[in-house]
Amino acid sequence: MLLTLLAIAAVAVVRLRDLFAVVMLAGIYSLITAAIFVVLDAADVAFTEAAVGAGIATVLMLATLALTGRWEAKPRHRPLLPLIVVTITGAALIWGTTDMPHFADPAAPIHQHVAPRYIEEGPKEVGVPNMVTAILASYRGYDTLGEVIVIFTAGVGVLSLLGLRRRRSSAADASPSTPPTTSEEPPR
Amino acid sequence: MAALGLYNYWIVIFLMMAGFYVVIAQGNLVKKIVGINVLQTSVFLLYISMGKVQGGTAPIVVAGATSYSNPLPHVLILTAIVVGIATTALGLALAIRIKEAYGTVEEDEIHAQDESL
Amino acid sequence: MSARPVLEAIAKLLVPYILLFGLYVQFHGDYGPGGGFQAGVIFAAGLILYALAFGLDKAMVVAPPALLRPLSALGVLLYGGVGLVAMLNGGSFLGYDHLAADPIAGQHLGVLLVEFGVGITVAAVMILIFFAFVGRSE
Repeated sequence: MLLTLLAIAAVAVVRLRDLFAVVMLAGIYSLITAAIFVVLDAADVAFTEAAVGAGIATVLMLATLALTGRWEAKPRHRPLLPLIVVTITGAALIWGTTDMPHFADPAAPIHQHVAPRYIEEGPKEVGVPNMVTAILASYRGYDTLGEVIVIFTAGVGVLSLLGLRRRRSSAADASPSTPPTTSEEPPR
Repeated sequence: MAALGLYNYWIVIFLMMAGFYVVIAQGNLVKKIVGINVLQTSVFLLYISMGKVQGGTAPIVVAGATSYSNPLPHVLILTAIVVGIATTALGLALAIRIKEAYGTVEEDEIHAQDESL
Repeated sequence: MSARPVLEAIAKLLVPYILLFGLYVQFHGDYGPGGGFQAGVIFAAGLILYALAFGLDKAMVVAPPALLRPLSALGVLLYGGVGLVAMLNGGSFLGYDHLAADPIAGQHLGVLLVEFGVGITVAAVMILIFFAFVGRSE
């Protein structure tokens, strides 16, 4: 099952000290997650996870590795204490799942409250067949506005931390006025 | 059947703990960020598994479909993924600046240079 | 002249379709799976592939940062602006019912514009972040 594959990838991420391999495995991990999302009916989320996790995140981490070095130092202290903490937390969480509703149970509390209204009234009120879009942009518009502002702020933060390199070509001044012809071939 | 019904959640908890372990036990800042990503993805998985309904289809209105999976977790996670990559990028940018300032991204060596700890 | 002919040929072939798919996901998001967030990251991934194949300098000609920076703010402004227009038309903030005479048409217009704003911001910010990282490491 895909979930087991995911667990194996996670163990490999923990064990390896070659960060290049770790980043590649993290990309594979994201891609497997995207496949699971498709199985779980979340097509929109799978799209995003595949493009973000396997594409953009991997590229950004590789760019970081080019600057910070490929190998992780040997651990200096014994990992005993963290292991104990992790085991206890995990055991507590697993104990917590014992009275959770079973997977895909239609009677689970999560499916009883707001969601039925979105599913039944959404297409009538918003007139958009894709319920995810309807909720995202209309019912939860405030929420999404906040998220967009977070992304914008993170972008501003990265730019102020790293800055943008000036282009080496002499046409630096002329380029902002030319419209971006993305789909055409670049000038040779 | 009880064991199978909760299998998804157990895997999620295992992944969560794997990410958590990386964050608290390992010293390399870039690896810590990968660990946070693993942790974060496990939470995405938790939400999406909760949204699944037996016999449901993807939440897009089509003729003939009677039950849909819960669209609300999908919305929350959709935005969370994109916000997650933006914050990850911010963390990586900080790691790069730390490397430039200290010459290393290992936590121990940074502490040694600062004579903190 | 190029050292990586296969990579460049494949990238040249794929990039237009990735960008086109991004636009499709953006504007077809009301009916099929898709929307602003997905379209933004797909569009950014397409341009990142272009930058990986042809180098940062050429990518910066195609998508100049001087243009991307205002665009990333423009998306947020478009989102907030739609909310304000709805308010001026007598509704509540982001209440799309009042954007057009018919509530359903108003909702349609509102969702479309808001998703477009999200898409612009996400794509512009992702490309800018990528430029910043790669510009550092070169």
